[in-house]
Amino acid sequence: MKYLKTYPEKCTGCHTCEQVCSELYFKENNRDKSSIHIITQENGFDMQVCNQCQTCVGECPTQALTITPQGVVMLNKKLCIGCYACVAVCPTKVMFTYHGGVNPFKCIACGACARKCPSQALEITTREEK
Amino acid sequence: MNEYSIAEMKARHKVLAEFKYELRPVIKGYNKRTLYVNVGTLEIKEKPVSDMMIEKFNGGKGFDLKLMWDAVKDTTRWNDPENEICIAFGPVCGNTNYPGSGKSIVTTISPLTEIPVDCNVGGHFGPYTKFSGFDAVEIQGKSDEEVIVYIDGDHGIVQIITAPLEAIDSHVVAEQFIEQFADSPDKKQFVSVVSAGRGADHTFISCLNFSYYDKRRNSARLKQAGRGGTGRVLRDKKVKAIVAKYSGLKGDSNNPVDIETLQKTGLKLHHEIIDNDATQCQMRQCGTAHLVEIMNDYDLLPVKNFKYGEHPDAKNLASWEWKKLFTQNMPDGCWFGCTLACCKAVDQFELRTGPYKGHKVVVDGPEYETVGGCGSNICVFNARDVVEINFYCDTYGIDTISFGTTTAFAMECYEYGILNKEITGGLDLTWGNADSVLELLHQMARGEGFGVILGLGVQRLRAYLVKEYGADDKFLKDIGMEAKGLEYSQYMSKESLAQQGGYTLALKGPQHDEAWLIFMDMVNNRIPTFEDKAEALHYFPMFRTWFGLQGLCKLPWNDIEPVNNAETSEPAKVPEHVDNYLTIYEAITGKPLDREQMILQSERVYNFQKIFCMRMGKGRRQDDRPPYRAVGPVTEEEYLSRQERYDKHVKEKLGLDPTTMTTQEKMAKLRAYREDQYEQLIDAVYKRKGWNKEGVPTIEHLQKIGMDLPEVIEVVKRYL
Repeated sequence: MKYLKTYPEKCTGCHTCEQVCSELYFKENNRDKSSIHIITQENGFDMQVCNQCQTCVGECPTQALTITPQGVVMLNKKLCIGCYACVAVCPTKVMFTYHGGVNPFKCIACGACARKCPSQALEITTREEK
Repeated sequence: MNEYSIAEMKARHKVLAEFKYELRPVIKGYNKRTLYVNVGTLEIKEKPVSDMMIEKFNGGKGFDLKLMWDAVKDTTRWNDPENEICIAFGPVCGNTNYPGSGKSIVTTISPLTEIPVDCNVGGHFGPYTKFSGFDAVEIQGKSDEEVIVYIDGDHGIVQIITAPLEAIDSHVVAEQFIEQFADSPDKKQFVSVVSAGRGADHTFISCLNFSYYDKRRNSARLKQAGRGGTGRVLRDKKVKAIVAKYSGLKGDSNNPVDIETLQKTGLKLHHEIIDNDATQCQMRQCGTAHLVEIMNDYDLLPVKNFKYGEHPDAKNLASWEWKKLFTQNMPDGCWFGCTLACCKAVDQFELRTGPYKGHKVVVDGPEYETVGGCGSNICVFNARDVVEINFYCDTYGIDTISFGTTTAFAMECYEYGILNKEITGGLDLTWGNADSVLELLHQMARGEGFGVILGLGVQRLRAYLVKEYGADDKFLKDIGMEAKGLEYSQYMSKESLAQQGGYTLALKGPQHDEAWLIFMDMVNNRIPTFEDKAEALHYFPMFRTWFGLQGLCKLPWNDIEPVNNAETSEPAKVPEHVDNYLTIYEAITGKPLDREQMILQSERVYNFQKIFCMRMGKGRRQDDRPPYRAVGPVTEEEYLSRQERYDKHVKEKLGLDPTTMTTQEKMAKLRAYREDQYEQLIDAVYKRKGWNKEGVPTIEHLQKIGMDLPEVIEVVKRYL
């Protein structure tokens, strides 16, 4: 299963990943529209991003959420009716929404952020289990 | 059963009438127009919705009743052409954010009660028809040939089409029309079908099925507008189905004024459900069937025609049995975005009887009411038998509640020898005989045998036994669980005076959707005085009426509760969820609403419905009386089964010494006392509701609540 692996101990909190993500998918530099969120904590940074656990897929009433052969959960915006059941059921709270938006959005493990991360805190990798 | 191919069926379609309309978006929850279809004259038109109509009637059931009031005469019977099937949706209906927001409300003049009946039903038809452009649909007239009404919300076309070859049974016909009208196999979810069934061709205790296409199961699922015989009316019009197609659903199709607040409020409830349902009601695992063991434990589960409230074999119908039968971990919402997901289903169920014997089918439910009615109340304690009865009720268009209660009545008559094999045509109606119960259903579908007589409901079956076989009318009235002509739903009200009122004062007849007060009253003793009970019998019916105005489901109100709900001042009202409703109403319509105004919206429509009942010849005190079985023990064995409780009652409430009295004497005294208590309750409730002693709303009250339309006052004056 392909997913974006995080190394919080390497994260410097530069927020480059958020900028790359929101500019790629929303054409604007807006961390609220990034599929990865970097949260400053007392002893470093929390890196919140989808681990492709697939819990949301079973909850979607329109089957707008599907799994690619690589194991990545994708949202089909044409089928999504914006109910946010997936947002509620996500165990790691990384099915995101933004102000004024109708559909949620999530990391699809494209790796754009990992390629730009100056501290190698992100990596596209695979794992066997869910 | 249908031997024709889709192509053959479509080849026989002929468009009898067509109406094209302008497609335009819903604005703040309203289309401000309704659809009128007359299948007799073939007239199809749209009607504007005035600001007055919105102000006075709000939407949903309010629109239904207003349209029906204008359509029928004082003398209209259920099978007159001017009677209508009205289906309306409400401003909140169709949002995908707040769980339970996809309900349609159906009204018609009922063949069982001869007054307006209203049913709140899920499925996709309501939202799809709303987003197609209409706040309500009226179906009037009677067709000479089998037709369907087709609403194409993608292209703005409504048609009346002949459909001679399609099936009538719902699980078949829903699939047939979905396949015919879906643009492609992957777009079946955009079509919804309203249908009845062959049982509805021959019985009054009939229902309508509203479909939603379940993509995971590749199957049409069915939700029921169950009460009052709606299916019979549709079939009397020779309408095989009403079909709606709409492909453009989005998260903001309602065009709310404040989608972010709507999303946030919905998400808050989603989280509550996901986090707490497993430790509260387990709706996501077994739907309302989780109630069976609770009702049994509290002596509230109907057994043997409401004679008893518990049975040792009820464990065979308990939630753990349903959990094994229901497919788990499915998003079983009857409308998109309902994470309460209570529409559980038994998959790959192989039928053992009837025309579909050997077929493996998807069975919707059973829900609690079906388990009570078609299980414990008739002593069928095999879960698979209940599933089979449930399936055939649904596909034949038979209401499981009325069927269960009427069958229980027949079985008690059989026990006492009032009914016998000679009268039933050889059917053995011994308690628990599931084969006979299923045969009754198949007879209803075939239109033959004792099943057809039973299908007229308790009131008419009683009259039949009295007239044709000299049965004791008084005794049958005591045990016949109907009021106003409608069968009771499946809770025991004997030990809760408030619930006796909750059932019997309900406008359409004894259904629990106006008030369910048993725990407040009997278990927790929170409403001890007549005034307390009257207040509850004012507030809860008004509050619950609001769901019907908006197109909402009741279940997410109190079948999931905030974790701190018990600490609030009025936990029975679930105050935080009431506030949620005010919030989403304003977020969609842009109109601020507080708790008082919410009740006022309902009160207008509630009183309008009450006066509508009076206009049709019922709706007064004489119609608000329960059978004694709903109030106290009719038979000695019933008394003796709870002797300790009843003796205590005789001693403490009546001030008599039960040890010196025979059982018959105690029963007589208890009955006089309880019937008097009920009359006092009615007095208190009428007073609280602004009605006179005969149950007639006063003109002053109607003026106060703003429901003093001239035509309404004219009807009231007849009774003052």
